[in-house]
Amino acid sequence: MNEKAEKKSFLKNPSVQAIMTSLICIILGLLIGYIVLLLINPAGAGEAIKTVLINFLSRSSQAAKVKALGNTLAKTAPLLMCALSICFCYKVGLFNIGAAGQYEAGACFGLYAALAWQLPWPVCLLIAGIAGGVIGAISGVLKAYRNVNEVISGIMLNWIMLYMSNTLLAKVKDPASPYTLKLSAANPKALIPNAGLNAMFANNKTVTLAIPLAILFAILIWVILSKTKFGYELKATGYNKDAAMYAGMKEKQNIIVTLAIGGALAGIGAAFLFLTGYQEWSTTQTSVPGMGFNGIAATFLGGLHPIGTIFSSFFIQSITDGGALIDKSVYPSQISDLISSLIIYLCGFVLFFKFVINNWIDKSTKKKEISKVTGEAIEGGDK
Amino acid sequence: MLLLLQYTLIFASVLCLVALGGCFSEHSGVINLGLEGIMVMGALGGAVTMYLLPGDGSKLVIVLATSLAAILVGMLYSCLLAVASINFKADQTLIGTAMNLLATAAATVFVRAMNTAGNPDNVSSTIQYIQEKRAFLKYIGGFEFNWFMLMAVVLLVVSYFVLYKTKFGLRLQACGENPQAADSVGINVYKMRWAGVLISGFLGGLGGIVYITAGVSEWKFEMGVAGFGFLALAVMIFGQWRPTKIALAALLFGMFRALSNVYTGIGFLAALHIPSTVYNMLPYIISLIVLAFTSKNSRAPKAEGIPYDKGMR
Repeated sequence: MNEKAEKKSFLKNPSVQAIMTSLICIILGLLIGYIVLLLINPAGAGEAIKTVLINFLSRSSQAAKVKALGNTLAKTAPLLMCALSICFCYKVGLFNIGAAGQYEAGACFGLYAALAWQLPWPVCLLIAGIAGGVIGAISGVLKAYRNVNEVISGIMLNWIMLYMSNTLLAKVKDPASPYTLKLSAANPKALIPNAGLNAMFANNKTVTLAIPLAILFAILIWVILSKTKFGYELKATGYNKDAAMYAGMKEKQNIIVTLAIGGALAGIGAAFLFLTGYQEWSTTQTSVPGMGFNGIAATFLGGLHPIGTIFSSFFIQSITDGGALIDKSVYPSQISDLISSLIIYLCGFVLFFKFVINNWIDKSTKKKEISKVTGEAIEGGDK
Repeated sequence: MLLLLQYTLIFASVLCLVALGGCFSEHSGVINLGLEGIMVMGALGGAVTMYLLPGDGSKLVIVLATSLAAILVGMLYSCLLAVASINFKADQTLIGTAMNLLATAAATVFVRAMNTAGNPDNVSSTIQYIQEKRAFLKYIGGFEFNWFMLMAVVLLVVSYFVLYKTKFGLRLQACGENPQAADSVGINVYKMRWAGVLISGFLGGLGGIVYITAGVSEWKFEMGVAGFGFLALAVMIFGQWRPTKIALAALLFGMFRALSNVYTGIGFLAALHIPSTVYNMLPYIISLIVLAFTSKNSRAPKAEGIPYDKGMR
């Protein structure tokens, strides 16, 4: 009896249900991805989906595995920051699709500060955060005072910032290529320090302090949202703007502050990638970087919880990197984009999945109770 | 100047079609943020049809088959939004965003798989349709008339008529304003919303194929449609959800978009030496400014974005 009650409460636990629904989304997303691979070429589909899933483990030597894990972690840090940005805003009822634009702003001004002004990394990081925050605040002001939907203004700013970054960063680019100058040569001071972490990953230089810092940010956002008055007020604004206003909260100011913080997180996220020297900005790119959009996948897959987001970011980045490892002469590497966008789509059905799970739990417990009652009755009859 | 007019008209046709699609969906009560994705899918359907058709075939067949394919694929894809947001009451913003990402990824995977199957060395995501594209064009003097411009005008008139002069249109609008009241007089809200979303798939899909044949003869599907679906949403908001105003807004936005294609050919603009990125940014900047001044007194359908639950009446 006790055991059953425990089992029931375990399955009814909201965080257990959140994890279960996320797993359903992942499994269905992978299944559809596998079917697409089968349709393209049945021969190698099993191998390909396995490569997408296990990513760095598919490398041959131990050192290569660890090094590849380091690369995935280095890119998880910026993704996590973007996901935190979207998660934080979503808790306040705002859909920050503009995270991509705020990320671009962070990359643009962070890199420009590093290359043109030769500033050290903490200052560049700060500048990137401020730049992202300003772009977020623009969306916030438009939302609070001009009733412009933050999704529309976010998308417009994504494109505006893309072209602006291309224009500004063209001033600090390598004359022979469309890429910005390499930080390691132009200004090593601007590289985020490794602090000995690279030794653990087969001396992978891109493993830096950015990774633990991103995790610290996740914990910080969780504390702000669930343990402080400030976070409570923000969430109240998200639940009911008018009620928050009547309760004496400054709902307009809250919207702007939220998007500014969200923007700063995404901006710092960009710095966490570009200030590690992992890659350079291409000044001829014509599409908005995917980091901000993958952040949406990570946010919802993480059950809209800052801590859950740490794991979901790693998963999304891992399948993205895994997608780049599959046999490109047979399968397109965008298969992992396909899987992650399917996962976002399926996250829309989370309420439905929860309904199904709860229904199933209720039914099975009822059945057991009935059988128990009838069983006791028969026992009684025997005596 | 003639070139500017030509590009303005073709881009305005795209924006007008897609914005009208958004207009139908929102009047029925469903926010369609997935228009961008629907455009990509429509473009894919049309481009693949052009790729498969012989380039020297009858012009009428090419025009009709391509448009129909784009429309069909667009409508099919819009079902993803309808199922999730109408039947499963999912968050419409989330579903729309997912659809945009999914469309670009799926189209890229599809085109690359198709190209690689044809030629193992070809891993690009580009489809070419140089010869087929000529079927859409008719030269009147120096002006390059595109049959899609005519289609856009016809569909604009039809949309106006359907939305305001038919029983269906008025019922559709009732579902976006007050679905409970509409239900109480015997209108099936779920069916009406499905109709609204499917019409937006129709117009969005057609808009997609018009966009990728405007001025270019090949398309790289990795690029999606470069935020054009969202510009169309801005056009719809600026047009206050009304077909006539949407048409005017589309002309204005179309002109700013056209400038980035043709500014080098216009004497005084070329003399200003403004970098090309500024012209690329222009439509987005203008739409932000315009939205800032027009969104305050928004005439958005009152019940848009709220899933309808019969049990909550």
